[in-house]
Amino acid sequence: MNKIAPLNDYTAYPDRSGRFGDYGGRYVPETLMPLVHELEAAFRAAIADPAFRGELDGYLTHYVGRPSPLYFAERLTRKFGGAKVYLKREELNHTGAHKINNCMGQILLAMRMGKTRIIAETGAGQHGVATATVCARFGLPCVVYMGAVDVERQKPNVFRMNLLGAKVEAVTSGSSTLKDAMNEALRDWVTNVHDTYYLIGSAAGPHPYPEMVREFQAVMGREAREQILQVEGRLPDAVVACVGGGSNAIGMFHPFLNDEGVRLIGVEASGDGMDTERHAAAINGGRPGVLHGNRTYLIQDPVGQITEAHSISAGLDYPGIGPEHAFLHDVGRAEYLTCTDREALDAFQLCAELEGIIPALETSHALARLPEICAELGPEGIIVVNLSGRGDKDVNTVAQALGRSI
Amino acid sequence: MSRARIDARFARLRAEGRAGFVTYIMAGDPDPETALAILEGLPAAGADLIEVGFPFSDPLAEGPPIQRAAQRALGRGMTLQKTLDLVAAFRRKDAETPVILMGYANPLETPGYVAFARAAAEAGVDGLIVVDIPPEEADPLADALDAEDLSLIRLATPTTDDRRLPVVVRRTSGFVYYVSVAGVTGVKEADAGAVAPNVERVRAASGLPVAVGFGVRTEERAAEVARIADAVVVGSALVDEVADALAANEDVTGRVLTKVAALAKSVRTARTPSRGA
Ligand SMILES: Cc1ncc(COP(=O)(O)O)c(C=O)c1O
Repeated sequence: MNKIAPLNDYTAYPDRSGRFGDYGGRYVPETLMPLVHELEAAFRAAIADPAFRGELDGYLTHYVGRPSPLYFAERLTRKFGGAKVYLKREELNHTGAHKINNCMGQILLAMRMGKTRIIAETGAGQHGVATATVCARFGLPCVVYMGAVDVERQKPNVFRMNLLGAKVEAVTSGSSTLKDAMNEALRDWVTNVHDTYYLIGSAAGPHPYPEMVREFQAVMGREAREQILQVEGRLPDAVVACVGGGSNAIGMFHPFLNDEGVRLIGVEASGDGMDTERHAAAINGGRPGVLHGNRTYLIQDPVGQITEAHSISAGLDYPGIGPEHAFLHDVGRAEYLTCTDREALDAFQLCAELEGIIPALETSHALARLPEICAELGPEGIIVVNLSGRGDKDVNTVAQALGRSI
Repeated sequence: MSRARIDARFARLRAEGRAGFVTYIMAGDPDPETALAILEGLPAAGADLIEVGFPFSDPLAEGPPIQRAAQRALGRGMTLQKTLDLVAAFRRKDAETPVILMGYANPLETPGYVAFARAAAEAGVDGLIVVDIPPEEADPLADALDAEDLSLIRLATPTTDDRRLPVVVRRTSGFVYYVSVAGVTGVKEADAGAVAPNVERVRAASGLPVAVGFGVRTEERAAEVARIADAVVVGSALVDEVADALAANEDVTGRVLTKVAALAKSVRTARTPSRGA
């Protein structure tokens, strides 16, 4: 029998103008438009070039440590008493998170384009560390913009970036968190158009970044798909990931988009709760608008001013979400749940105690929704969770939240 | 009416043989009442066209002066609607000076482009500059503005090459704003020598007057640019006067208008020697 083509080809996006349905696009100042076009052309040429792919694969294998394992979390599974939980172990990558998959792809692209200076924004510092790492490896100067609030709560990562030779610029405008760091990085890019490559860390920003970051992160989903087929002989019932800007989630989701039997579940940070104003859930608590180069769901006030996001996790503390998630939400292909600070803290501890894995606070948001999803799918079910990063960077924050001193 | 107001103003400037002076102020900065007083004083102080910024929380092409102006305005409750009210109040006393709103896309998304364009036309706005809506994304906005006969003013920049220029000037009217430096507002200084050929290029491609801004702070620079461009835009330097007056506890309106008068004088007289007028 012929395989029937899926009714919707969810992988056909973005279109040529960088749109995922109503979302995405290139909402940047004219000064940056030629650069954004140049970047898109360079990206297309690179991924069509077997030499580029070969080089990237080489570094992913020998420097990043790919493929990452898909690990059956036996004790978490038993604890939740439902579906089997598999963890995609991105925290085992060099630098401790999925962020480096994207950084490796983009730094090779930047060098191919002849760029000699790298800038990045960071929230938790994981993307900053990953960027600083690849810049050290390839000998490029690196400036990382980081909100002053985040500099304070992610001190170990600031020190790591400094050790790696990067300059960390503390951003004090606006709410002094990730969105402001991104504003400042864009201002730097507008000012230094000739030599500078902006290495965006999530599946956000103007086209082609959402597509490009997805492409470099989709290695996770491709591996996970193969690995689960190998161990279980079938596809999972659900793939779960936390969502800040959305890179670890879209990288996992994308290779499963046309597997319509696989539920795709993103978890947004709801901070103090969705009944308060202190959250970072763009889809669950926002509405469409334009920020940082794309149209997407945003947390904003009734007249279109962006409001401060709040999450205990610096990497999720962002008022927007990548445009492809906005699209997948609207068409109903993916579901977006929420998780509070408190629930994330509990999941953080549970994963450490039962599996001997200290997850990032970002990742803990995905783990926190497992009890319900496991119960819903039942013992026959299979879930793959993106263990997007390790939590060493968060121990100060967690200790403080638990009222302990270290 | 609206496009006509901009066209009439540039026709008059051409007849007078001088460059126009375009002043930028932020709506609601430092507070709504003072902003209206400044706005009402601008034409007499020498402003030929007026840009009114509507504040946005995340102005990614602005340097510190205008970022802070936006924060001051937002802190005083300024909104897009109140910006339109401000323009409407100004229009009751001045029917001739073109007013162009300048800002970012997101505040326009809430009312939607069509409703916004209607309200803007009613308030007496003549044109719109949206920093983060490049030509590739502009068609829906251009349609809405066309329906109300409002100009969509485009930005051309040092990175806009000859191949791209036709894309940039498509569906534009009124004038083209040439951003004289690659950078944010209020930081780098324009180099008139480097700007001159670009002004020619943009004028030729668009058939429209070219206003130059982003790097003009001093009377000297304003005069230089006035010799080569159809209009000179000053923003951050005026917004800085607001901040300085606040810090020194001085009369904000007086200080801004004094600065405007000084800059206007150097713009108005810049071409005089060579023209022998
Ligand atoms: C470990 C980890 N997971 C997730 C995120 C959230 O980013 P994204 O949604 O792009 O995956 C971050 C961001 O810093 C992170 O460090």
